[in-house]
Amino acid sequence: MEYPLPPESGAPAWSKTRDARQVDARVTNALQMARPGGRRVGLVAVVSTIVALLLTAIRNDSFGQNWVYSICVGFSCWFFIEVGRLTIMRWVKRRAARRHAARTVFPPFRWLIPWIIVSALLGYEVGVVFGNALLGLKAPGLGLFATNPRALAVILIITILATLVVTFWWFACARLAESEARAESAQRAASETHLKLLEAQLEPHMLFNTLANLRVLISVDPERAQVMLDRLIGFLRTTLHASRSDVQSLAEEFARVSDYLALMAIRMGPRLEVKIDLPQELRDVPVPPLLLQPLIENSIKHGLEPKVQGGCIEVAARCDADSLVLTVRDSGVGLSHEATTAGTRFGLRQVRQRLTTLYADRAQVALEPATGPDGGTIARIVLPIASAVAA
Amino acid sequence: MKAPVALIAEDEPLLAMHLRTELAKAWPELVIGASVADGASAAQQALALKPDVCFLDIRMPGWSGLEAAQAMAEDWPDETAFPLLVFVTAYDQYAVQAFDAQAVDYLVKPLDSKRLEASVARLRKRLTDRVPQTALQDSVDQLRALLGSSPGVSAVEAPAPGARLEVIQASVGNMVHMVPIDDVVYFEAADKYVRVITAEREHLIRISLRELLPQLDPQQFWQVHRGLVVRARAIHTAQRDDSGKVFLTLRGRPERLTASRLYAHLFKGM
Repeated sequence: MEYPLPPESGAPAWSKTRDARQVDARVTNALQMARPGGRRVGLVAVVSTIVALLLTAIRNDSFGQNWVYSICVGFSCWFFIEVGRLTIMRWVKRRAARRHAARTVFPPFRWLIPWIIVSALLGYEVGVVFGNALLGLKAPGLGLFATNPRALAVILIITILATLVVTFWWFACARLAESEARAESAQRAASETHLKLLEAQLEPHMLFNTLANLRVLISVDPERAQVMLDRLIGFLRTTLHASRSDVQSLAEEFARVSDYLALMAIRMGPRLEVKIDLPQELRDVPVPPLLLQPLIENSIKHGLEPKVQGGCIEVAARCDADSLVLTVRDSGVGLSHEATTAGTRFGLRQVRQRLTTLYADRAQVALEPATGPDGGTIARIVLPIASAVAA
Repeated sequence: MKAPVALIAEDEPLLAMHLRTELAKAWPELVIGASVADGASAAQQALALKPDVCFLDIRMPGWSGLEAAQAMAEDWPDETAFPLLVFVTAYDQYAVQAFDAQAVDYLVKPLDSKRLEASVARLRKRLTDRVPQTALQDSVDQLRALLGSSPGVSAVEAPAPGARLEVIQASVGNMVHMVPIDDVVYFEAADKYVRVITAEREHLIRISLRELLPQLDPQQFWQVHRGLVVRARAIHTAQRDDSGKVFLTLRGRPERLTASRLYAHLFKGM
């Protein structure tokens, strides 16, 4: 009797014997692998051959015939599984049209299990038909149930198991590749934000304008030029340093702010009045670096620079219960005028994003019209400091 | 020949002083007629003083240098020669590209004395060669190209795409009038406000025309003056006068509007 032999792939032992480097290569290519392609054809052929060898060894019959049936059944099973997978994916994508699901190539594995079993049965029957046609034989396929149900049960269990294992292997590879791709794009987004941040802080227009002022100052007032140069050095040093460190003291943050505002005061002349208020007891409170900078730049760029007569900027820190409250208040043109410009939103969004990353919902930033006769805008950051002050 | 007169518009005091001292060296006979620190004063002073040369910083509070130049070109009287314009910018590659493309004079901060000398030589030559009748038209053409072409030159930041206004919300006391954008005949700037004129009545909204403009469909609404945006379909006739201004009559409104020299090219027979 010739038993058409179990098909497909995937003796678990096979996966364990792959050496680590090959597995790595597989992982890298897993996204491509998850699509039908040469690699998968090769894999199905190799695994089917291994299964045929295994069965020939167990049952001591013709390897040639076992191999032909095994190959036919293996590819048939693969065909049915693939059809099912693509159908499920189309349905999933339609359901979650705009979500990240569109990036995945495999539906959840548990959804696939029933279909894998059906595919194994269908694949077995179709594979036997193909094998018969190739060999000119008349093996019975699922019809074997009538004469030798035990033999059929063994073959089907092996078929189903092998199919499950191989499909799961592919599934795992695809998922791994997806998560790697996601991690990589997250990393890229993070570096892009970082670069943008740095670019925003070292805005070329600000730098060149400052240098132009400095150049003039050197000839008319060398002493003041030196002071200004020191401020610029301080500003550049802390900006570059802070973009690489996670925390700095509030005193350092305020020193940076005062460098920046001193440079602005030289540029804007009497149009800019600066008030900085940092209570002694808050000097050592650790804060994330460059936190205030975007808000101060907003105040200057969108509040005071556009205002013909200029105005005042006030930067202050105070302790409120277990919160640190930082405020940047300007008497500029106010919110209604420029609140919708892309620049303001970028600065504010940047601060908000950083606060969310660092403190989840325990920190807030808000921008609102300042009350009082001068009008203008007030930006307020509230951070938890209980632990920080105690430390 | 009388000494040439210049106007300097620069909001940073040190840089303004520096430009004055450098000009004194490079162009001793030049008289600095006025030195102002914002765009609106620049236009006002220029129209009052009728200088021969204007040095205009691009980034200034209120109006930018370019907006000041636009206001000057729109309101300049026909009988006097339009001043030579020199734009001054700190760092703005787009602006510099646009200036190069339009052959507009410009200086880059920090000022380089060699470059300033070359620039002064060019200005002197242009001043003696200048034909008053064409000077204005040349500047108008240049400004029109600059205003149309360049995100870097104009002070307005690019608007969020796709944010077209459908309904104007005009509040009067504690009531808000909802005015469909299709009812608007024209918008007119009024200081920090904009007058919204429909066939029946007018409303006042608290937004500048500059901020409003990006939210309008440029196919439907044409800017015809720095302070005037008209629905193209509401324009009935356009009649040009000798000075290059164009007078518009409207459908649904009795008043006549004036399109400035800068936008006169919009109204040509097909």
